Amino acid sequence: MAKAVLMQGNEAAVEGALAAGMRFFAGYPITPSTEIAEKCALRLPQVGGKFIQMEDELSSMAAILGASAAGYKTMTATSGPGFSLMQENLGYGMMAEIPCVIVNVQRAGPSTGLPTSPSQGDYMQARWGTHGDHPVIAFSPSSVLETYTLIIRAFNLSEKYRTPVIFLMDEIVGHMREGVVLPDPNKLKINPRKTSFHDGAHKKCYYVPEGAFVPSMKPFGQGERYNVTGLVHDESGFPVNNSAIADKLISRLLSKIDDHVDDIVRVEEYQMEDADTAIVCFGGTARAAMDAIEAARAQGMRVGMFRPITVWPFPEKPLKARLPQLKRILMVEHNHGQMLLEVRRAVSGAVPVDFLGRIDGTVISPAEILANLNEKEAN
Amino acid sequence: MPSDLIHEYMRIDHLPQIWCAGCGNGVIMRDVAVAIDQLLKDEEYDFDRDDFVIVSGIGCSSRAAGYLDFNSIHTTHGRAIAFATGIKFANPKLKVIVLTGDGDCSAIGGNHLIHAARRNLGLTVICFNNHIYGMTGGQYSPTTPNGDVAATAPYGNVDRPFDIALLATGAGASFSARGDVFHARETTEIIRKAILHDGFSLVDVYSICPTSYGRQNHKGSAVDMLQWQKENLIPTAQFHAMSEQARAGKKEIGILAFNDYPEYTDEYAKVIEACRKQTGGKGRN
Amino acid sequence: MGNRYEMRLAGSGGQGVILASVILAEAAVDSGVTVIQSQSYGPEARGGVCRAELVLSRGTLWFPKVTRPDFLLALTQASLDKYGRELAEGAIVMVDDSLTVPEWLEGARLVPLPILGTARDAVGKLFTANVVAVGAINALLGLFDEKALLEGAMRRLPAGSEEINKSALAAGAALVSPELAAAFAQKIG
Repeated sequence: MAKAVLMQGNEAAVEGALAAGMRFFAGYPITPSTEIAEKCALRLPQVGGKFIQMEDELSSMAAILGASAAGYKTMTATSGPGFSLMQENLGYGMMAEIPCVIVNVQRAGPSTGLPTSPSQGDYMQARWGTHGDHPVIAFSPSSVLETYTLIIRAFNLSEKYRTPVIFLMDEIVGHMREGVVLPDPNKLKINPRKTSFHDGAHKKCYYVPEGAFVPSMKPFGQGERYNVTGLVHDESGFPVNNSAIADKLISRLLSKIDDHVDDIVRVEEYQMEDADTAIVCFGGTARAAMDAIEAARAQGMRVGMFRPITVWPFPEKPLKARLPQLKRILMVEHNHGQMLLEVRRAVSGAVPVDFLGRIDGTVISPAEILANLNEKEAN
Repeated sequence: MPSDLIHEYMRIDHLPQIWCAGCGNGVIMRDVAVAIDQLLKDEEYDFDRDDFVIVSGIGCSSRAAGYLDFNSIHTTHGRAIAFATGIKFANPKLKVIVLTGDGDCSAIGGNHLIHAARRNLGLTVICFNNHIYGMTGGQYSPTTPNGDVAATAPYGNVDRPFDIALLATGAGASFSARGDVFHARETTEIIRKAILHDGFSLVDVYSICPTSYGRQNHKGSAVDMLQWQKENLIPTAQFHAMSEQARAGKKEIGILAFNDYPEYTDEYAKVIEACRKQTGGKGRN
Repeated sequence: MGNRYEMRLAGSGGQGVILASVILAEAAVDSGVTVIQSQSYGPEARGGVCRAELVLSRGTLWFPKVTRPDFLLALTQASLDKYGRELAEGAIVMVDDSLTVPEWLEGARLVPLPILGTARDAVGKLFTANVVAVGAINALLGLFDEKALLEGAMRRLPAGSEEINKSALAAGAALVSPELAAAFAQKIG
């Protein structure tokens, strides 16, 4: 067995990204994500990759889209204020179907907020931050090892679905160090960039044949001349002002995710077999929930954890499958109740959904969760 | 009948273009095509047409990317230079040409312009400078002259304008130039040199906008506006021969800054090389 | 919960308490002890109060933060005054011997040691105080064998500083008498 190494969550994001084939990073320093930029600056040239510190987050997002169009697997990393600045070009990436990964190590907001304090307040922004109807894939890791393996999946799905993927970390996981045994790099499944057109004859870069759900594009400079735009475009990539084509394009952008939810969604269920109470949580919050569940079980409560690893699309189906056995759901998150809205929507009143959250920059402790469970049990 | 140039370098099925009658943008687009054509045909150089990438932002200027038959990407407002930075830095063999406008590159995208100039990454930025926001209907831009009328300056523009070529020079551009629509031949030659330049190059090309700028400011027809360019924008040699007095109110057309600074991708290649030596020729992964 | 040994190292920003905690975490990983290290800091790169945290266990650890530390290192008066109030029952408090121990802390298991003075005078560089502290903590609590600690330190300390840091570790360990070590040794559960 390989030796365990001490690694920080932010470092694991970089090492996982490199294992996934990321060779271009553009970013702007911001707490608590800065270690990611620093590590990329150190590691990328060692493997022939490129690192650039841009003048702001708007240009960082633009640069990774440009580099991706030139054939690279690309990434940027930021936190709340920078994530806000990236939203317009994030939408461009979705519209133009340019793969890339955006890491957001969340901190307490709004605005500059509490720069060094943990939060999960960007959950809804990850879904709805950019304007218009658009698809979103977002993952949230809860350990250092999962940061490594999950970011590889983020890159893989980004290529498979040709869309930016949001990697929603939090300060809890980003800044903690654990001993990890990384998987054998030769055994990792890596989706390579597709480098030919589906429609070789007509060179229609956005042509999607029967049975496929995304176009397949050659990078710039490989012998084809095509157009990319953020405007509504036809299969040849040129802007059109045609409602039928607009409907077809936007519908495909949405359905390429909606039709493959089962492929995209992953959840962790812990002690759920006999549970009548489910704690729903994601990211670093799960760590307090795990300890609380252990303590609650020791007191005889039947509590389990339902943890969306894929946070967008929200894992509606697996949660609904658990409803018949549940008396109660407790949503625990470091915000004022954001995933709570999705849980309540999915549950539609079938089971009471309570909420435990924090917006003060401090971490929800296992004792706090346990107290909440005890209080309900007593009632 | 379209000329051979149009057949060769324009996407015929996407023409005619959307620009208004009398607009100068078509001339600038043609200058770019001619400059590239000259370079591709020049035996001294080994350019591959597929290595050219045209990047544009948003605005009247930026529609040019769709008409030119090269790799092309029409990006978001103000961010063309930032997208281009990613493309060029990822693949330095590409010849990346940014087609932008005065609002696109000096208002919303001004920060990217000065930082690209400072880095000296090998991009060529051609600014179609019509001194107005044309596509949205004539609002004042950072290059609209002080006192001029615009849709958002009905009582006259109180802003002081940017001179984009001087702005880029001040930001450390290794190549900064000014051209115009009237002096198409001279401007084509400036663009050709800008593309050849090993480093960041900017050409601020004065366009004419009879519809959104000229009409509000009583500048007359397109011909009148060209006449103004002929009389007030003076090619370098001529400009330098003029007395200080005669130069008043006139501007020089030509290369205003030309410096041999290290190019960014070359410098980063050295970083990669040094790193590889340090790690014994191979990194992990 | 349970089976957690919670440690907090506190000082002024720039004193290197985060690095000290990372060295201990390295040694833990090498020794097969489950560890989570984390830190919290204010906006200052230098000065202010800075703290780093470690949770150790022989089992699985989830919650990464320290709530009631079993061990506190305080290198400055401000950090002692701030964190001395949040301790587990029977917590061990290692302080630099230049600090004034507040009255309310007199009942704690106090271990005053000349950490800063040893770094400055015996090792010769005040900036090695964090490594002196690591040597002293490990000797006092008997956490890891010296080889694991030394290797952990060498992985994290800047190249070229090996010799001085080796002597800093040794000097820290030498501050703890065998009697003291016997009285304060911890068993990680």
